[in-house]
Amino acid sequence: MLELILISTLNGVLFGMLLFLMASGLTLIFSMMGVLNFAHASFYMLGAFFGFQISRYVGFWPALVVAPLLVGVVGALVERYGLRNVHRHGHVAELLFTFGLAFVIEEIVQMIWGKAPVDYRIPPLLDFTAFTVFSTNYPAYKLFMLVISIGIFIVLLAVLTRTRVGLIIRASLTHPNMVAMLGHNVPRVFMLVFGLGCALAAVAGVIAGPALVTQSNMAGLLGPILFVIVVIGGLGSVPGAFIASLLIGLIQTFAVSVNASLTDLIGTFGLTLDARSPLAQLTNVTVAQIAPVIPYLLLVLILVLRPTGLFGTRET
Amino acid sequence: MRYPNALLISCLCSLVPIVLVQTPAFAQDTVRIAYIDPLSGGGASIGEVGVKTFQFIADEINAKGGVLGKKLEIVPYDNKLNPQESLVQVQKAIDAGIRIVTQGNGSSVAAAISDFAAKFNERNPGKEFLFLNYAAVDPVLTNDKCNYWHFRWDANSDIKMEALTNYMKTWPSIKKLYLINQDYSFGQAVRAAAKTMLSAKRPDIQIVGDEMHPLLKITDFAPYVAKIKASGADSVVTGNWGQDFALLLKAAADAGLQVDWYTYYAGGTGGPTAIKQSGVNHRVFEISEGHANIPHRASQDFEGVFRAKYEIGLIYPRVVNQMRMLAAAIDEAKSLEAPKIAAKLEGMKIDVFDGGDGFMRKDDHQFFQPMYIASFGERSDKEPFDEEKTGWGWRIITRLDAANTMLPTSCKMDRPS
Repeated sequence: MLELILISTLNGVLFGMLLFLMASGLTLIFSMMGVLNFAHASFYMLGAFFGFQISRYVGFWPALVVAPLLVGVVGALVERYGLRNVHRHGHVAELLFTFGLAFVIEEIVQMIWGKAPVDYRIPPLLDFTAFTVFSTNYPAYKLFMLVISIGIFIVLLAVLTRTRVGLIIRASLTHPNMVAMLGHNVPRVFMLVFGLGCALAAVAGVIAGPALVTQSNMAGLLGPILFVIVVIGGLGSVPGAFIASLLIGLIQTFAVSVNASLTDLIGTFGLTLDARSPLAQLTNVTVAQIAPVIPYLLLVLILVLRPTGLFGTRET
Repeated sequence: MRYPNALLISCLCSLVPIVLVQTPAFAQDTVRIAYIDPLSGGGASIGEVGVKTFQFIADEINAKGGVLGKKLEIVPYDNKLNPQESLVQVQKAIDAGIRIVTQGNGSSVAAAISDFAAKFNERNPGKEFLFLNYAAVDPVLTNDKCNYWHFRWDANSDIKMEALTNYMKTWPSIKKLYLINQDYSFGQAVRAAAKTMLSAKRPDIQIVGDEMHPLLKITDFAPYVAKIKASGADSVVTGNWGQDFALLLKAAADAGLQVDWYTYYAGGTGGPTAIKQSGVNHRVFEISEGHANIPHRASQDFEGVFRAKYEIGLIYPRVVNQMRMLAAAIDEAKSLEAPKIAAKLEGMKIDVFDGGDGFMRKDDHQFFQPMYIASFGERSDKEPFDEEKTGWGWRIITRLDAANTMLPTSCKMDRPS
């Protein structure tokens, strides 16, 4: 039991940190433009595929640096020549633009790399067992992912709260007109933030690609959960995204390991349900089975009870 | 102004009959088969392998003169693994004049198409279409929900579980068993069959876990593997296919989980790579109707040519059986009409692709054929083929003749009069 808890915690924190890498960029972009960037997970996918392709020529480590930079540039270009033009037509147009962009990116990825998973391997340097808890191995690569994610969180937080650049970014998010009056190029700040957000998603892609699966549908698998995190954490709040990511990561991991169902709960009160009643179909569903839905339930609850999210200052 | 227009319209009208006469003539140059499976999303990698397999066998039949002097043509339709979308695609195929539909991935999809075939064919006499199922194995399709227009070439999941449990019961080392399956009709069928059959054959085996997870939605199986580990299981039974199998094995390898795997689809795309990465040598077993390394000359020659062309192994030997039987049925019926082909397919016997007798049972349209249990790992001299360039290959553990795979059916076939 202790083993399960420990391993689940490690797995949950790791998954949470991976989500954070993506959500941090998304939440910044979200608060900046006021619309969900539906294509955000696509940049994560681009990161994984770029990482795969580059690592075939020059190895994993250069790919870890080059791929996010490339994706960041792609993101900045998308903002400069796509979103900025669409911006005039309002939020709905922007939303539709990013929605379409997600499909375009997926199609392009399928055209280049096909639909089957690509053989993106863990670098040999990290292909060993870091430590063994009881009898479960914990791979070094997962530890590496954890360290990278935490490192990026600290750097991001430091840049945003402790530097001049961060000051301008935060000011641009809340008072763009005022910042522009003071002589800063706000559109350029937006472009850079968008690029940075995409690059962060790409980092997640490069490091998650070998551990999970690098395939043209990977964006679709993670996309929706990112919006949940952004809403739960609160718009534009990096610490909020951090907490929400960890929360979702842990909830999903732990929910999977709980076999209890409503029937069991009723049972603890000494009541029994007729196994043949139609209600039993519902109450027999275990927590593990509904694990993937729990984040969305949480989303609904948050929207009803605390629309600003845990750390947000503005209503979604 | 009115006269030129009228003239133009009358000109166009006179063209219509020509167009109408010409189109069917064009369409009937080939015998088209609609292939309806996921070609995008999580199942895409599997769907693409299927297209290639069908294409290859169609080419083989065409090289020998086709059927009734016409060439077979495979027309792919993307159903996104969604039952509703599948019906839209079936309708599209029918509208295009196609009378033979094949599908395999997802029993929920197969059930929808089978149901649609029953209704459509009753309402549209003279326009009937055939549904050839090459992989959807929910037993219900040839039992309670059986249908005259549906024919299945893969052994249904109960037949597979019967064979698998007959093998498992001979291993006293199996004490604690974990079930992990996809949460939809097929996964439910696997889990139910495993439970009932094992409790009858080996009541001493303790089922320590019974997991259902969402279909093709999980990116990281680590939490599930942690749970398997905590349960102390020594063996796992899973019907998982596609990425759900590959990712499960990958997560198991990461955590160093050491168990025996009894599977339906370990040989699917991505499966062998995942097994090799996890390093479980000859501890993953698969029940299927054929493998590359079955010592049978004709099928091994076929395998060689197939690999030379596509650089992948033949995952669906049953598709060869299906296509060859379809061609034979069309030739025997001397017709392309679905009712006549169906009448010939019923009860048809053939020498199956991997050798041995197979037949399409008339009672329920379930095909019976020799089944094999094989394990995946390092190869000996007798095993010429590896999978997915891993160097590892399938070793045949045991073979069951068609007669030994027979299960009764509850089907009461409703035949069109």
